Amino acid sequence: MTALPTRKLEAWRYTDLKNLAAISFVEATPTKIVAPLPDLGIPRIVFVNGTYNAALSTPPDFLSSFAKVVDESSLPLVQINAAHAHDGATIDVPANIDAGAVMLVSYANAEMPMAFHPRHRVVLGEGSKLTIIEVAIGQGVYWHNPVTDIILHEGAALSHYRLQDEGLDAFHLATIRAQVAEKAAYESFSLVIGAKLSRAEFHATLSGPNATTHLNAAQLLRGRQHADFTSVVAHKAPNCASRQTVKSVLSDHSRGVFQGRIEVARVAQKTDGYQMNQALLLSPHAEIDIKPELEIFADDVKCSHGATIGALDPEQIFYLRSRGIPEDQARAMLIRAFLTEALEPVTNEAARVFLEDTIETWWARK
Amino acid sequence: MLEIKNLSASIGDKEILRGVNLVVPDGEIHAIMGPNGAGKSTLSYVLSGREGYEVTGGSAFYNGQDLLAMEPEARAAAGVFLAFQYPVELPGVGNANFIRTALNAVRRARGEGELDAVAFLKLARTAIKNLSMPDDMLKRNVNVGFSGGEKKRNEVLQMALLQPGLAILDETDSGLDIDALKIVSEGVNALRGPKFSALIITHYQRLLDHIVPDYVHVLAAGKIIRSGGPELALELEAHGYAGLEAA
Ligand SMILES: Nc1ncnc2c1ncn2[C@@H]1O[C@H](COP(=O)(O)OP(=O)(O)OP(=O)(O)O)[C@@H](O)[C@H]1O
Ligand SMILES: [Mg+2]
Repeated sequence: MTALPTRKLEAWRYTDLKNLAAISFVEATPTKIVAPLPDLGIPRIVFVNGTYNAALSTPPDFLSSFAKVVDESSLPLVQINAAHAHDGATIDVPANIDAGAVMLVSYANAEMPMAFHPRHRVVLGEGSKLTIIEVAIGQGVYWHNPVTDIILHEGAALSHYRLQDEGLDAFHLATIRAQVAEKAAYESFSLVIGAKLSRAEFHATLSGPNATTHLNAAQLLRGRQHADFTSVVAHKAPNCASRQTVKSVLSDHSRGVFQGRIEVARVAQKTDGYQMNQALLLSPHAEIDIKPELEIFADDVKCSHGATIGALDPEQIFYLRSRGIPEDQARAMLIRAFLTEALEPVTNEAARVFLEDTIETWWARK
Repeated sequence: MLEIKNLSASIGDKEILRGVNLVVPDGEIHAIMGPNGAGKSTLSYVLSGREGYEVTGGSAFYNGQDLLAMEPEARAAAGVFLAFQYPVELPGVGNANFIRTALNAVRRARGEGELDAVAFLKLARTAIKNLSMPDDMLKRNVNVGFSGGEKKRNEVLQMALLQPGLAILDETDSGLDIDALKIVSEGVNALRGPKFSALIITHYQRLLDHIVPDYVHVLAAGKIIRSGGPELALELEAHGYAGLEAA
């Protein structure tokens, strides 16, 4: 098996997998469901311990069967996934179809430390549209190592909303690779509240003119949680736009990481690249690491990066409390307000309500 | 009834209130005037529970409840409302959502049912109309980009909807144009009744033409140094505080 990456690799400087490496995982086995699964009344594809569960799923028409993975990626986690993947969702939407919304649920229940490596594949034909609401939940010690490959043909639009709410002893290391063709749009928002250690690594390639992407995220962390958001956006055609707004709300001893690279090829004139990282530190022991990188070979581009680090404003908390709003609710409102810009790509009403409810109740979970 | 007895408070080691005595019976409106830095805002903050003040002596009871022992939100639920001298901006928080959350929190604490979005909007629109405010006031983020006068009006809108038993208005008239001053005064006068009392902090006699107080007090250097009827405000307008402070 490919070795886990170590901090000697530049891409893994801020995230240490030694606690993961120290655990011996067994292959995941089927299990019983001991928690309610989210249900938004739309088609739902459910994986339990990494294996498709037909009884719990109400699959959409365009779900096809899993095909063996062939992958020559140099990314260590993708290699590990390729070696072990035995299941995953394969979504194939033909051209010019509005395929609505679908939920992709991963549920884990680990009685023994276990690992699963699903490989999902989403292909949208020319001019097609789809919304995916992905939710990862579970309990016990486990390692969820999903790889999601996304191919958007000309003019296709995928809205991809991810809620990572894994159990607090879990490791979640997700890799998402999106190929975005001319005038296609990959709009994503990740809400990260679970797992002991997590990373979401995005590779978005804007390969045709006027392709766009949003890679937004909100990390809400407590205890000793560690969450890493890493992105590489490759602008390979003119007139493309990429926007990344990542917000971290960090309490206790938690730690957030943002590493974002924008690569602009020589042909990619009129590139519009934007990165904004903002952290709200709710404790003096919380930590954020921010590493933006720009690699620009074209001369007519607009790329910007901004970062701010702050705390909740006691004046604002008092103002809310003076109106009768209890302190916890006041904090939750201000946290929600802080996240507003990150939630911009969430245009699907059901997804928005679902994610906002999760955000609003996060503070009270402690 | 608000009963403040010998109230002293400091910030750090700086003593700001030095034994304030004041009783405001139900149904009465009292004005507090006094020079800059006298401690008027400090008094209003101590009464509403802002952090950072150390109460070094005395007490403040409202309807028999020990205000100083209560959380700010509990004071609001008990009926205390502070219109801030400098209303706070809340980027990302919609004004309608803010006021509805506040109203429902207060209703919940009082054992009343909560209002859904539709019922709230109906109520809020009526209040906005009565205060001649623009409709988009509800849609905007709380106080963000509001002009000075709009912020003050937004305080009065919140007051009109929360229906407090004790309103403390800290220079709500500063920054208001002549028409707004009238409208805001009408907003306060509309709440007047046997169960409503108010403390109106102001520098200008003009406001007291519209909201006629039962008593006027002068707070200087952390103490009430003089009390009288509405005519005291006229006297201050004519002669200033200089003569009083020497007394
Ligand atoms: N956080 C603080 N730290 C130090 N001193 C403070 C602080 N807040 C207020 N003060 C001081 O306390 C005194 C009283 O202030 P306060 O705001 O209560 O005055 P005021 O009577 O409301 O004045 P104004 O009419 O100008 O509004 C002032 O001298 C002020 O500088
Ligand atoms: Mg003041």
